[in-house]
Amino acid sequence: MTTIAEPRSRATRKTSRTNAEMIGWIFMRASGVLLVVLIFGHLITNLITNGGVHAIDFGFVAGKWAAPLWRVWDLLMLWLAMIHGTNGVRTIVNDYAEKTSTRLVLKSILVLAAVVVVVLGTLVIFTFDPCPPGAPADLLPSFCKA
Amino acid sequence: MAAAAPASTRPAGTLYRGREGMWSWVAHRVTGVAVFFFLLVHVLDTALVRVSPQAYNEVIGTYKNPIMGLGEAGLVAAIVFHALNGIRIVLVDFWSKGPKYQRLMLWVVVGLWVVLMAGFLPVQLVHTFRSH
Ligand code: HEM
Repeated sequence: MTTIAEPRSRATRKTSRTNAEMIGWIFMRASGVLLVVLIFGHLITNLITNGGVHAIDFGFVAGKWAAPLWRVWDLLMLWLAMIHGTNGVRTIVNDYAEKTSTRLVLKSILVLAAVVVVVLGTLVIFTFDPCPPGAPADLLPSFCKA
Repeated sequence: MAAAAPASTRPAGTLYRGREGMWSWVAHRVTGVAVFFFLLVHVLDTALVRVSPQAYNEVIGTYKNPIMGLGEAGLVAAIVFHALNGIRIVLVDFWSKGPKYQRLMLWVVVGLWVVLMAGFLPVQLVHTFRSH
C-alpha cells in the first residue's frame, strides 16, 4: 500500500546545487521574447514584403545572406528556436510518457535530432557559397557574374 | 452529508484547470509541437542550398503549390498564436497584475491574432494562387 506523505514534509527528491529546471524555465521566457522579433522579421521578409514564397529560390537566399545581418539573424533564430522547442518537447515527453524507459528513448531521439539539425544548420550558414562553381548562371544571384 | 456520497473528484477551477486558462495551455502546447516539427523539416530543406541551386529550387518549388500554401498559412497561424500567447504567459509570470488579467489578456491575444491573420491571409492567398 502506498502511504501518503505527511503534509508539508520535504520532498526527498535528489536536489542539485544548480537549478537546471529553473534556468530552463527562465530560458523559455527569455528566448520566447527574442523569438517574437526574430520570427516576425523572418516571416515579414520571406512571406510578405519580397513577393512571398513565390520569390524564394537560391538567388533569394544568396541575396539575403550577402548581408551579415541576416546570417546573424538566422543563426540566432536557429539556435534559440531549436533549444526552446527541444526543451518544450522534453517537458511534453515528461508529462505524457509514464515509463522511465519510454521517456529515455523519446528524449534520446529528441536530443539526437536537435543536435543534428542545429549542427547542420550552423554549418550551412557558415559555409554557404553564393556562387558555386559549375552551377547554371541563371539560378545564381546577379553579383556572381563579376 | 450522506455517507455513501462519493468525494468530489473535480477540484474547483484554477488558473490552469478548465475554461480559458486550460484551453490556451492546450493550444500553446499543440502549436509549439507543430512548429517544432516543421522547424526540423525547414532546416533540412534550407540545407539544400549547400547541395546545389537546382536541388534547393526544386524542393522549395513544392512550397509554391496551393496545398502547401494553405499549410504554410496554418503554420503562420500557429506560430502567431504561440508567440502572442507566449507573451501573455510571460506577463502572467512576471507582471504583478498578470494573473488577475490573464483571462482578459487571452482575449487580447485572440483579438490581435484575428487582426494579424486578417492582414496576412489575403497577401498569402494572392501569393499562393497567383499563377506563374
Ligand atoms: C515566437 C515566439 C515564441 C514565444 C514568445 C514562445 C513562448 C513560449 C513560452 C512562454 C512557453 C512556456 C514555457 C513554460 O511553460 O515553461 C513556450 C513553450 C513551448 N514552446 Fe514556445 N515560444 C515561441 C516560439 C516557439 C517556437 C519557434 C517553437 C518551436 C520550435 C516553440 C515550441 C514550444 C514548445 C514545444 C513549448 C512547450 C509547450 C508546453 O510545455 O506545453 N515555441 N513557448
